[in-house]
Amino acid sequence: MLRQVEGSRAVADAVALCRPEVVCAYPISPQTHIVEALAAHVKSGRLSPCEFVTVESEFAAMSVAIGASAVGARAYTATASQGLLYMAEAVYNASGLGLPIVMTVANRAIGAPINIWNDHSDSMSQRDSGWIQLYAETNQEAADLHVQAFRIAEELSLPVMVCMDGFILTHAWEQVDTPSQEEVDAFLPAYEPRQVLDPADPVSIGAMVGPEAFTEVRYLAHARQMQALELIPDVASRFAEAFGRNSGGLVHPYRTDDAETIVIALGSVLGTIKDTVDEMRRDGVRMGVLGITSFRPFPLDAVRTAVGEARHVVVLEKALAVGIGGIVTANVRMAVTPERVSTVIAGLGGRAITKASLHRMLADAIAGRLEPLTFLDLNHELIGNELARMAAGRRSGPMAENLLRDLGAVASRIG
Amino acid sequence: MDHEKPFAITLDVGSSLANKTGAWRTERPVYLDLLPPCNQACPAGENIQQWLYHAEGGGYEAAWRQIMADNPFPAVMGRVCYRPCETACNRGQLDESVGINSVERFLGDEAVRNGWTVPMTASATGKHVLIVGAGPAGLSAAYHLRLLGHDVTIRDAGDAPGGMMRYGIPRYRLPREVLDAEIDRILAMGVRLESGCHVTDVVAALTEFDAVFLAVGAHIAKRAYIPAGDSARILDAVALLHDVEDAQPPMLGRRVVVYGGGNTAMDAARTAKRLGATDALVVYRRTRERMPAHDVEVTEATDEGVAMKWLSTIARADGETVTVEKMRLDDKGFPQPTGEFEELAADTVVLALGQEADLALLDGVSGIETEDGVVRVGPTLMTGHPGIFAGGDMVPSERTVTIAIGHGKNAARQIDSWLRKGDHRAPQPAALASFDKLNTWYYSDAHATVRPQLEAARRVSTFDEVTGGLDESTALFEARRCLSCGNCFECDNCYGVCPDNAVIKLGPTRRYEIDYDYCKGCGICVSECPCGAIEMRPEPG
Amino acid sequence: MPLQPIKFYQTGSFVVGNRLLDPDERAVQARIDRTNSLNCGHRACQGCGEALGARYALDAAMRATGNQMVAVNATGCLEVFSTPYPETSWRIPWLHSLFGNAPAVATGVAAGLKAKGRSDVRVVGQGGDGGTVDIGFGCLSGMFERNDDVLFICYDNEAYMNTGVQRSGATPPAARTTTTPAIGPEPGNVFGQGKNVPAIAMAHEIPYVATATVADLRDLEYKVTRAMDFRGARYLHVLVPCPLGWGSASGDTIRIARLAKESGLFPVFEAEGGEVTDVSKIRRRVPVEDYLRLQTRYAHLFGEHGHPGTVARIQAVADRNIRRFGLVEGE
Repeated sequence: MLRQVEGSRAVADAVALCRPEVVCAYPISPQTHIVEALAAHVKSGRLSPCEFVTVESEFAAMSVAIGASAVGARAYTATASQGLLYMAEAVYNASGLGLPIVMTVANRAIGAPINIWNDHSDSMSQRDSGWIQLYAETNQEAADLHVQAFRIAEELSLPVMVCMDGFILTHAWEQVDTPSQEEVDAFLPAYEPRQVLDPADPVSIGAMVGPEAFTEVRYLAHARQMQALELIPDVASRFAEAFGRNSGGLVHPYRTDDAETIVIALGSVLGTIKDTVDEMRRDGVRMGVLGITSFRPFPLDAVRTAVGEARHVVVLEKALAVGIGGIVTANVRMAVTPERVSTVIAGLGGRAITKASLHRMLADAIAGRLEPLTFLDLNHELIGNELARMAAGRRSGPMAENLLRDLGAVASRIG
Repeated sequence: MDHEKPFAITLDVGSSLANKTGAWRTERPVYLDLLPPCNQACPAGENIQQWLYHAEGGGYEAAWRQIMADNPFPAVMGRVCYRPCETACNRGQLDESVGINSVERFLGDEAVRNGWTVPMTASATGKHVLIVGAGPAGLSAAYHLRLLGHDVTIRDAGDAPGGMMRYGIPRYRLPREVLDAEIDRILAMGVRLESGCHVTDVVAALTEFDAVFLAVGAHIAKRAYIPAGDSARILDAVALLHDVEDAQPPMLGRRVVVYGGGNTAMDAARTAKRLGATDALVVYRRTRERMPAHDVEVTEATDEGVAMKWLSTIARADGETVTVEKMRLDDKGFPQPTGEFEELAADTVVLALGQEADLALLDGVSGIETEDGVVRVGPTLMTGHPGIFAGGDMVPSERTVTIAIGHGKNAARQIDSWLRKGDHRAPQPAALASFDKLNTWYYSDAHATVRPQLEAARRVSTFDEVTGGLDESTALFEARRCLSCGNCFECDNCYGVCPDNAVIKLGPTRRYEIDYDYCKGCGICVSECPCGAIEMRPEPG
Repeated sequence: MPLQPIKFYQTGSFVVGNRLLDPDERAVQARIDRTNSLNCGHRACQGCGEALGARYALDAAMRATGNQMVAVNATGCLEVFSTPYPETSWRIPWLHSLFGNAPAVATGVAAGLKAKGRSDVRVVGQGGDGGTVDIGFGCLSGMFERNDDVLFICYDNEAYMNTGVQRSGATPPAARTTTTPAIGPEPGNVFGQGKNVPAIAMAHEIPYVATATVADLRDLEYKVTRAMDFRGARYLHVLVPCPLGWGSASGDTIRIARLAKESGLFPVFEAEGGEVTDVSKIRRRVPVEDYLRLQTRYAHLFGEHGHPGTVARIQAVADRNIRRFGLVEGE
C-alpha cells in the first residue's frame, strides 16, 4: 500500500510486519519515532505475540535482544549515536554469539561536542563489530531493507544493522509502499534458530575460548560474512520478484558504465549526488555514482566491477577517522588502485551537503585540484581564529563554545 | 567441527567430564570407622554405636542382635550397668549423654516380650568346657562358648543361677523374672547347669573336661573388728542381701546403720528401708567424692531417704547406739582420726566393707598364683595352670556385673582359641572418635519442650521399675540422640557439600565413595562430616 | 519458619539428608538423582564456595521448576571455570553474554520465552558480586524495576576474584584486596563504603528478596524454591567464601560462611514486597573475631601490630545487624 508516511513510521510498520517477538527500546533521537510506533503496534495488539521491553539503557536493549534471540525469539531494537556506543560491548557480543538480531541505526553524530544531527560516525564505529551493515538510500529502501535484514540475519545466524540517516530519512515524509502481512509472511519464513536454549536439549552458549581456537572462531565469522556477499544480492533479487522493486543488494551503480569519475557514498546523500551528477552529465562530464548498500560485508568485487576503468574515484564520507581521514576510502582502496581514490569528508554533525558544494568539489576533482583529503565547506576563518587563540595562550577555553561565539547569531547555519 | 551449532561458542553438556580434576590433589579424603567412646568404655565390649544405629531406624531386633553379639544380658544390663558408656559419651559435652542404658533395657525387654533367641550356627567342636560359677561371668562365658560350638557344663554352689545378680542385687533394681528370662535363654542353648554343686578339685575336673573357666565371684564379706557390747546386733551386707533373696529377711529394727561406702552399702541401706527401717544411715570414713559407690546409686539412695554420714568410723557398737569417730583427710586423702566422738542411735549395724573370693578350690593346684585374695591371670585370662581360666570378681579387676560379662566373653574366646591351639587376639582398635573430631553444629539442640519429657523418661528407666522402661517412642527418641561418633550414619553431608560432585552416594546402608577422578582434595567433606568419619591423608606416591 | 520442626536430636534438620528423614524433607542435594546442574570437571579452585552455591541454587531451581529452566551467567569466575572451550560443566540450558548485562539478558530470555508461549520455562540470572553490585547494577535495577520474571542470584565473595582479588562494592571494611592493600594507617578497605544490594532490591518492592549462605543448604534450597513460587523479579544474595581471595583453608569454606552468619556480619533473612518476613536467628553466637581470624585478608588486624580498634568497629557492624534484624532470640 502506497502511503505518504514518515520514514520512522514506514520502518516501524515494516518491522512489525516481520513479526518480531521481542522489541526493546531505549529512547534516543532520532530513533524515537520508530520505537514509539512499534510500541503502539504492540499495545494495540496488532503485533502479537510480542514483548515490548522499555529498558533502562541501550546496553540493556541489546542485552535483552541477545537473551530473547538465544531462546529462539525474533528480536529487534533501534538506536543511534551515543546509544550505539553505549551498547557497543553487547553489539560485538551479539555477533560473536551468532544471534540474528536486527537493529535500526538512525545515524547521528557522536559527541563531544554533543550533536543530535546526522552523520555516519556512529555506525562506522561499529563496522568491525561482526554485524552486517546495510545503508538505506531512501525511506522505501529503509523499510524494504528491514524485511530483507531478518531473512539474511536468520539464514546466516548473524545480526544485521540497518542504517538510515537520522532526521534526513527518519523524519522525512515520503511516499512509501508498505507490503501486506501476507506478502511479508510469504517472503520471510519463521525463525528457525541454529542454536537455542531449550530445556529439552540443553547446551551452553557463550563459552570462553582461548588461543587454541579463537582465530578459528574469528575466521568462521568472516567466512559467514563472505557468504553474505552472495546471500545479500540473492535476497534482494527474491525481494524484487516478490515485491516488484529493487531494494538492497550490495551496491547501486548509477551511470558508471563510461564514467571517468565516480563518486562513492552511502545513504541518503546519494540522491543529492545523483542530481548533481545528472547536471554535470548534461555538461558532458563523464561522471557516475556508486552507492554502497552493504558496507559489511564490504563488496570488493562489486565495487571493483562498478568502478571499472574510471580514472578518479571520489569517496564522499559522512564520518571521519580522526588522524587518517576516510573510513570508506580505506575499504575502497582495497578494491581499486589506491592512487585513484580521493576522500571528501562531508555532512558531519548534520551540515547540509548542497548541490552547489558538490559541484564545486567535483569541478576541482575533474580539474585534478582535489586534495587526497578534503573537508567539504570547511570554515577556514573559524579554524584560524581558534588556532590563533590556542597559540596565544594555554587557557584558550572550550573549543566548541569558542567556535559558536565566533559564529555569533548565525548559529542557524549549523542546521 | 560441528557446524550444526556455532563452533566453540556453543558446547554440548557433559563435556567437562573429560577434565579429571583429581590430578590437582595433594591430599585425599578417606572414610573411616573410628572407635566411639561408648564402645571404648563398655566393659562388655558392646558395639553401642552400631546397635543404636539400628535402633534409630526402628530396627529393634537388629539392634538387640547386635548387643547379643557381645552381651547376652541386655535386659539385666539395662537395669544394673553403671553405664561407663554414658560417662564417656561425647554428647555429654554437648548437652547430656545419650541414655544408652535405657535404650538397652528397652531392647532387652522387647526381646523377652517377643521371645527372640540367638541361633547357633557353629558346628559342634566336641570339646567340653566346665564353668565354675553361674554368675554373670560364668553365664556369659557359657553363652559365648555355646555360640562357638563347644559343650558347656556349669557347676554352681547356689540354689539358683545368677550369682551376685541374684544374691547381691536387690529385686527393686533387677526383677527376678527379667533375670530368669535372660538366664533361661542361655540355658536353653544347651548349657548343662548343676546347681548346689561345690567344685572342690579343679585339677580332677580337667580330666573330665577340656578346659575350665573359674568364675566363683567374691561372696565372702570382709569383716572389721568393732568393739561391741553383748546386745549389739551386727551383720554383713552380703548375708543380708542373700537372706532377703532367700525370703528369710532378718529383723533389723527401726534404726539401721550401714558401715561402708560402696554400692553394696547403698543396696543394703535401701534394702533396710524396704524392710521397714525408718532411719537408714550410711557411715563412711571418707567424703562423698571419694566414695566407691556410683553416683547414681548414691543419688537414688538419698532420694529414697537414706542418710549419709561422711568422714566417720564406727568405734564401738552397743545395744541401741553406735559410737562414731570423726575423721579428717590428710594430704594424701587418707582419713585420719580426730579423737572427736559421737553417739548415734542404731538397732542394727550392717557391715558393707567389701567382699573376698573363696579360693579354697584352688588349693594345691600347680601354677596358680594369688595376690591380694584374687587369682592372677594373663591377658588371655588363663591362670598359671594350663587349661584353667578365671574371670569375674575373683581376678584383679573392678567388680561390676558388666565387667564380669566382658570377662565371660573374653574367656570364651580365649578358651576357644586355646582349644583350637590358635592365638586369639582382638583386632587393633581403631583410633578414638574424640569430641574434637566431631562437627557438632549439625546436631540439633534439645528443644525446650522436649527436654522435660526426656528427663521423665530417663527417670522411669532407672528409678521406678514398676512402671517399666521407655516406651517405643521415647526409646527411639533417645536412640536418635546418638552422635554416631566416628561412624558414618548416612547424613549425606559429604555428598552435599562437595563443590566438585566428587562424592558418590551408593544408596541406603551402602554409604559413599570418593570419586578420585574429580576430587580436588579441598577437605570440605572432612570439615563438615558431623561425626568425624572422614580424614585427609597425603596423596599416595 | 522455613525449616521443619525438630523431630529428633541426632541431626535434626541441619544435615543435608539423613536416612532417618522422610525423603520429602531431605535436601535436593541429598538425592541420588539430583541434577548436578554444575557438573564435575569444572576448574574452580579447591573449596570454591561459588561452585557449591551455584550447584545448590540451580539444582533447587531445577527441582522447583520441573527442570524447565534456563540460566544466564555474568562473566566471572563461575563462567570462566565452568565453560572453557571445549568443555562445559553445565547440564542445563546456559547462556553467557557479558559481565555487566546478565540481568538484562535474563529479561530477554524471559521475554522471548513469554512471546513464544513458553512461560513454563523459568529464568535464573546469576553472577558474582562484581557483576551484580557494580558493573551489572544498572541492568539489575532495570530488571527489578520492570518486575521482569527473573530470579537473579548473586554469589557474593566480596571482591573481584576472577581478575585477582580486587575491591568491589561488596568488599567489607578492613578486608585486604589487591586494590585495598593492608598497608598504611587504615590498612585494607575503608569503612563507610559499599552497597547493600538486598536492601536496594527491597526498595524496588519486588516480590521476593532473600539472603543465604552456603553454610545452610536447606535454607538456601528453601529460598530458591520459595522464589519460584513468585512471578516477577526476585533476588537472592548468597554469601560464598572464596579460599583464594579470603586466604582461608579450602576445607573451611562452609565453616566460614557459618561464622559469618553466626557472628551477625551477614544477616540471613527473606523479604516479600519490600518487607522483611523472616530472619534466620543466630544459633550459636560468636564474636566477629572467630570469623575474621580464619582469613588472611584480615590478618593485619591481629598480632603484635594488630588493630583491635578495627576489630571492635567490625564487631559494631555485627551488633548493629543483630539489632536491626533481631538476629538473636529474645534480644
